[in-house]
Amino acid sequence: MTLGLLSQYVFNSLMLGMIYAMVAVGFTLFFGVLDIIKFSHGDVLMVGAFTGLATYLGLEALGVDSALVQLLVMTLVATLSMALLGALIAKYLVLPLRLAPPLNTLLLTLMLGTVLREAVRLFYPQGSNPKPFPRLLPADSISFGSFTLRADSVILLLAGLAAIVAVHLLINRTKLGLAIRAVAQDAETARIMGINFEFIVLLTFAIGSGMAALGGLMNGLYYNEINFGIGLLLGVIGFSAAVVGGLGNIYGAILGGFLFSALQSVGAVTLPALFPGTSTAYKDVFAFAVVIIFMVWRPTGLIAEKKSERV
Amino acid sequence: MNLKRKAVVSLMGLTLAVAAGVAGAKQTVKIVFIGPLTGGVSANGIGGRNSADLAVRLKNEDPKAKYSYELVSYDDECKPNIAVQVATKAAADNSIIAGVTHYCSVTAVATVDTYHKFGLPVVVWGAVLPSITYGNKYAEVHRVNGTMINQNEVAAKFMTGMKYKKWVIIHDTTDYGKGHNQYFSEYLKKAGGQIAGTFGVTADQQDFTTELTKAKELKPDVIYFGGLTPLGVRIRSQMEKLGVNAVFEGTSGIKSDAFVEGLGKQLAEGSLSFIEGAPWEKLPGGLYFAGKYALQKYNEPPEAYGPFAFAAANLIIDAIEKVGPNRKKVTSELGKTKDRDSIVGKITFDDHGQNIVPLITKYVAQDGKWVVWEDSEYGSGKRKLKGQ
Repeated sequence: MTLGLLSQYVFNSLMLGMIYAMVAVGFTLFFGVLDIIKFSHGDVLMVGAFTGLATYLGLEALGVDSALVQLLVMTLVATLSMALLGALIAKYLVLPLRLAPPLNTLLLTLMLGTVLREAVRLFYPQGSNPKPFPRLLPADSISFGSFTLRADSVILLLAGLAAIVAVHLLINRTKLGLAIRAVAQDAETARIMGINFEFIVLLTFAIGSGMAALGGLMNGLYYNEINFGIGLLLGVIGFSAAVVGGLGNIYGAILGGFLFSALQSVGAVTLPALFPGTSTAYKDVFAFAVVIIFMVWRPTGLIAEKKSERV
Repeated sequence: MNLKRKAVVSLMGLTLAVAAGVAGAKQTVKIVFIGPLTGGVSANGIGGRNSADLAVRLKNEDPKAKYSYELVSYDDECKPNIAVQVATKAAADNSIIAGVTHYCSVTAVATVDTYHKFGLPVVVWGAVLPSITYGNKYAEVHRVNGTMINQNEVAAKFMTGMKYKKWVIIHDTTDYGKGHNQYFSEYLKKAGGQIAGTFGVTADQQDFTTELTKAKELKPDVIYFGGLTPLGVRIRSQMEKLGVNAVFEGTSGIKSDAFVEGLGKQLAEGSLSFIEGAPWEKLPGGLYFAGKYALQKYNEPPEAYGPFAFAAANLIIDAIEKVGPNRKKVTSELGKTKDRDSIVGKITFDDHGQNIVPLITKYVAQDGKWVVWEDSEYGSGKRKLKGQ
């Protein structure tokens, strides 16, 4: 394998890992503050991508054709509306069930995911067909042997990195972040200290869902195609990434995301080479199998939550 | 009211009802349509449903028709387990006389035993896996469209005739994709083409960058894809992303408007597909079909296999008109189909109920539309495919 080819594999894998990490961060945030697993997260990402696409079509109809303006408005509309959707889900579906068994929340969000998915399929015009996503980023590319580096992919990678760094700073460097961490550590004590519990929960859901919307837009801009089913597998992979990294830990989620994409790439490249005749379709089998091994080895995740005295 | 009067009144009522029945409404005969109405390939399923529905509506408008027809439609979701459920539901319902069934090969092949067991005559309208008709010798199972054997033979000969030498094959790992891979590889080797690599991918995969990076290294002239539209859109789109400069050659599975729409004009340009049957736009019956379809104001286009569903429904209706609503008689009547004119060309069933279609049509995507190769600017030499 040439260096160029290797770099191409690594770059593809980084790009995929970034999208996984953005989904995983959402899972880990929700689990951090409320100890719940929100299974509709992948579908929120998909709705975010479709909101972006609809905004783009609206702008085109209005005659706005500057790619930069379109991109900014799309990002703004998609992120804010998904943040709102996330907060609404938290307020009306998740919080009322806070004292019910966690299984109920899990089931409820699982069903909500199906509702979102089917709603897009039924109500978006011709929603069951794959939709072309506009190419709004510069498509210049430089080739180094068999490695093609495209400007749009680099921009997306940097944008993803910026979003994750921003969330990190928000949580670790601001007063709001302090409140989120306080609620995550001990909701009761945080309340006694005068933190508005409900507001913090809604905010966390808004942040996580906004991240999902960004992930959805990145997914659309990268593949130039979206469909109503993209959220399903991304949700499962994002969740696995969060779990293997250590549910509740942001760095764990990021690590898990990149680990998962790396495993998929390694699986797709090495399996057919090692066992001739195997199709690359086994890459998911390989990646999930390794994740299972990791989970047995480190049940609390690669980077476990610091407080282990939870009883 | 005493008992005697009550009886007289009832009798009068009954007589009136019978008289009205004879004079007015005809007996209603139910036909079932089964196809993917939800999920990734539902565009094709809904197009087929509308087309079968059109056949029923047109017959019901005909005053000379002996029966009034009702189309019951079920969704097989392109999943074998669901297909067996709905097939059983339809077959167990005695009021249903025959069926226009399945677009997806995986569902069509999973249900043949069910139809045979219950004795429900069906005409497959879109699935191309050979073993649907050739795997068994069931009198109940017929198919109006051709098999993937024919289209891959034509595809391999056509492409090697264009002096292409090296292929990379990507196929989904269902029976459908594997079948395409098997027959195309077989005919390509016979025609002297070289296969540099074969990749099997899952039917719902989103990311193909790893497979395509590897494919790019093999420097193929053509990427052959054996699978359905949603995957086809993703692969073609990601080929562009990674700078894979090869012709994209699909099968009948991507010959849909959704493929061109999903990619946009520019990316779809120059993609190839092969489908059995005559180009229906050119047959006199085809224009009639398109006109009538437009009149009914369906929300969705008929898609590539709509005309086959229309032809299948008409075969069934004609058989019922001739021998009456009886499953056994309809089965044997369908089996006798020979040289029948239809909007997809002549239909003749062999002893396996398979239509022996002599013709495969080649399509190329040009300016956002699938155009018959011979009529296209590529065919006339005005435009060139990659590597020509």
